[in-house]
Amino acid sequence: MDYLYFPGCTLYTKAKNLDVAARECAKLMGFELRELPNWTCCGATFPLTTDNIMALLPPSRILGTAMKEGGDLTTLCSVCFNVLRRTSHLLKSDPEKREKIFDFIEMEYRDGLRVPHYLEILRDEIGFESLKEKVKRDLKGLKVAPYYGCLLLRPSEEMEFDDKESPTIIESFLDSIGCEPVDFPYKIECCGSFQSVGAPDVAIDCGHAILRSAVKNGAEAVVSTCPLCQFNLDTKQKDIKEKYSDFKTLPVLYFSQLMGISFDLPTDTLGFERNDMDPRPLLEGKGLL
Amino acid sequence: MKIEISGKRVHNEFARSVESISEQNLFGCYQCGNCTAGCPVSFAMDLGPHQVIRFTLLGLEPEVLDSNTPWICASCLQCTSRCPKGLDIARIMEAVRTVVLRKKERLDHINVEDLTDEIIDRTPQIAFISGFRKFLS
Repeated sequence: MDYLYFPGCTLYTKAKNLDVAARECAKLMGFELRELPNWTCCGATFPLTTDNIMALLPPSRILGTAMKEGGDLTTLCSVCFNVLRRTSHLLKSDPEKREKIFDFIEMEYRDGLRVPHYLEILRDEIGFESLKEKVKRDLKGLKVAPYYGCLLLRPSEEMEFDDKESPTIIESFLDSIGCEPVDFPYKIECCGSFQSVGAPDVAIDCGHAILRSAVKNGAEAVVSTCPLCQFNLDTKQKDIKEKYSDFKTLPVLYFSQLMGISFDLPTDTLGFERNDMDPRPLLEGKGLL
Repeated sequence: MKIEISGKRVHNEFARSVESISEQNLFGCYQCGNCTAGCPVSFAMDLGPHQVIRFTLLGLEPEVLDSNTPWICASCLQCTSRCPKGLDIARIMEAVRTVVLRKKERLDHINVEDLTDEIIDRTPQIAFISGFRKFLS
């Protein structure tokens, strides 16, 4: 049960701390992530204009390569996942556009390519019960707020990932590695996304509302699945603190980093030095490092 | 704000181009305001998303194009997800942006020269790529 893997631009550089632990943990769970050959940027946004075929070419080419290689294509970054899953849905449901695109990129379309997210592989293929049995170190007592954001969930008719208002997949994941999931009302709210470039002040307020709510509900850390959410919630905490002096900072970790701890991976593979709000003091305090 | 409504402007060329780019029927909106209520960034908008839809339908092009709303939208799709009429409001916002960005003169909504080395160094590339795709002509 191996998967083609699309890392995407950011996981190769600024979000290595999402990538490395996930690859290592996959091996320990008995599946390989084989990197897709000749991959390019996915485009980082699914075009919302119906006449913008050009923006569909990069993700279609990526899917076309996966179709040629054979096997299912998985990814970790929520942005890439959203773009690839929506493009895959569009290619399935719109034969006219499909033909136009595949004629242009000169590739052959093959039916039946699945684009599961890494978390879906854990839920649907491995199973959270069986993940629990594989865990070497229980993260007992660590209170973590599961942050979903937008791109995993919406639009739910195309993503078919989880319930659009009350998703549970991250809670189930946290349960299986022993963490205590903290429910909070901002778990599906937007982090501000690319507005960190367009209207940075707006993104700061989005991040502040989410993190404040997580803290208020008793979270010691937040878990994320996306390098853009991670940036708005982790890296930007310095800016949030500057704007709101009473703001209480807290670590934000990728789900793969938590999984890496539970699989007892060597600390140097977990990339904590890339987290702006250093999670190590919290983890050491809990006896987890 | 004083708004002049005229039968001549309702569903004018501007409204029809927004409809055509988004493939959404603006007449479908019954102004319940669910989109604006659920929008995580409406606090920073000068028009709620439901107002953008109504103003567009009424052909109020300058009022819509002067509004900051489409440029504050983060395409998070909460509005689309919750619209009881099944309108894809995020597509309508993108169509309004597109009308501006496709005008003859360049109308960028990010000044790339303002991005300092420090910002470039710390920001993930997906933020730049999606931001540029949304905001540059």
